[in-house]
Amino acid sequence: MGLRRVVCGMALVAAIAAATAVGSIALAESDLERPHWQGHAVKAPSKDYPIQDITSGFWFRTKDTQALQEDDFNNPGFFAVEQGEQLWAKAEGKAGKSCASCHQDAAASMKGVGAAMPKWNQRLGRPVNLEQQINICRSERMEAAPWKFGSAELTAMTTYVRYQSRGMPVAVRVDGPMTPWFEKGKALYYTRHGQLDLACANCHENNHGKYLRADFLSQGQSNGFPVYRLRDQRLVPLDERMQGCIFDVRGLPYAPLSDEFLALELYVAWRGNGLPVETPAVRN
Amino acid sequence: MSHALNRRQALAVGAGACAAGLGFAAGPALAVNDYAEEIIKFTGGNKPVGARVKLDLPELAENGNTVSMAVKVDGAMTAESHLEEILVLAPNNPNARVVRFRFSPMSVPEAATRIRLAESQNVIAVAKMSDGTCFFTAREIKVTIGGCGG
Amino acid sequence: MAEIKPRIRLDKKDVKKGDTVEVKTLVSHDMETGLRHDADGKLVPRLIINKFTCELNGKLVFECDPESAVSANPYFQFKFKPEESGTLKFTWIDDAGTTTEATETIKVS
Repeated sequence: MGLRRVVCGMALVAAIAAATAVGSIALAESDLERPHWQGHAVKAPSKDYPIQDITSGFWFRTKDTQALQEDDFNNPGFFAVEQGEQLWAKAEGKAGKSCASCHQDAAASMKGVGAAMPKWNQRLGRPVNLEQQINICRSERMEAAPWKFGSAELTAMTTYVRYQSRGMPVAVRVDGPMTPWFEKGKALYYTRHGQLDLACANCHENNHGKYLRADFLSQGQSNGFPVYRLRDQRLVPLDERMQGCIFDVRGLPYAPLSDEFLALELYVAWRGNGLPVETPAVRN
Repeated sequence: MSHALNRRQALAVGAGACAAGLGFAAGPALAVNDYAEEIIKFTGGNKPVGARVKLDLPELAENGNTVSMAVKVDGAMTAESHLEEILVLAPNNPNARVVRFRFSPMSVPEAATRIRLAESQNVIAVAKMSDGTCFFTAREIKVTIGGCGG
Repeated sequence: MAEIKPRIRLDKKDVKKGDTVEVKTLVSHDMETGLRHDADGKLVPRLIINKFTCELNGKLVFECDPESAVSANPYFQFKFKPEESGTLKFTWIDDAGTTTEATETIKVS
């Protein structure tokens, strides 16, 4: 009885092997070929930009991934947009206000806001990104506890607000008081980090459109953030992704919302000026 | 591409493989779980025929954690022989079973979902009809780790 | 997670007998595999949706038994030819017994 089961199993296995062997010969139309990312660029606003053909990470991903992003029903990132929408209307904190109390309809009041972040905050004398601005509103206007970085609520609200800029061109200002932060971000972008001794530029500027082992390198743009990462199966905010990059080159990542990451966010956003905001994008 | 394997052929191939000591070498790497047992349990010992089932998977997964998969059974559905269940198995996952679809007389014989695959392998779909006949197919998919592990 | 409504899309809701309706569903769920370890090295217990059912007026249309190999935020797509008008009931049940339900109306003439 035992031997019969084993033989049955072997037969099945062999049959399956035979079936697969025949199937895998026909590789004529293969999606093993690299993504066709050229020809989808936005021309850089000026000659100062290191990459003149600015291309969204969308074009470096497979057709399946692109299809997922283009389908607002199927894109799991929209769960975060919905959650953000609910939180927008929810009164919290001692002042008894919700975001809607001051900002009313997000589609109107937040249009273009996400596309311009990080932005200079005159009162604080420093740039502020979307997560930080949300928490400033919460603690100062709503008198509610700020949300922790990486929390579902903060990521959802960041996604919801940035989604109101979807389709609009990224447009960050790097002049005036932003200049030292821009320069710091640029220096960090070209600084080699970690045991693998790699800078952002080594992969994303010098080698986008090539494979790094099995990864098809993009230009490392931030126009889609927070993104739904297929790997993590959730929305990932930009600072978390940049932490991952530094971790991947075996370096010590900066803390989320640190000065270093704010400077990098500003610089990376500038490199993508003109790209459409794609939040919530889908990436690998 | 369909080809029917009758019992004698399947057994002969199986016996040959057994004699050659090849064992379970169904995919790019040796299978790590009990997927063959799962097939036997699902079919009730009937030998599935390698026909009619179509398994749609990308050749290269963008990321193994989220792979779009669609499965359908070709051919006419009759009152006597219509699709009842499809079992999807991943021989190189920690657990063989991926998902089981159950259909009704109202169903069009197809379904889709998104699955997790641990490594490159031949994903298997086995279909069971209402009269007990079973069909299967297998589809190779490459699953990779990213550039610097990111 | 329970506050976020499942997403259901029917490509048609008003059909003639014999027409095919395509259903797409998406629900928010981590689908914790039971194979991960947390920061302290402890195994995170499995918590997945283990059953998805679609019924028309109480009759089974389509059912799905996912395992931990189904991705988070599970997506299920299927097609059927409705026999009669009525209520389509969608049910998702996870390992903890948490049940999520949603309904759609369908008209068959």
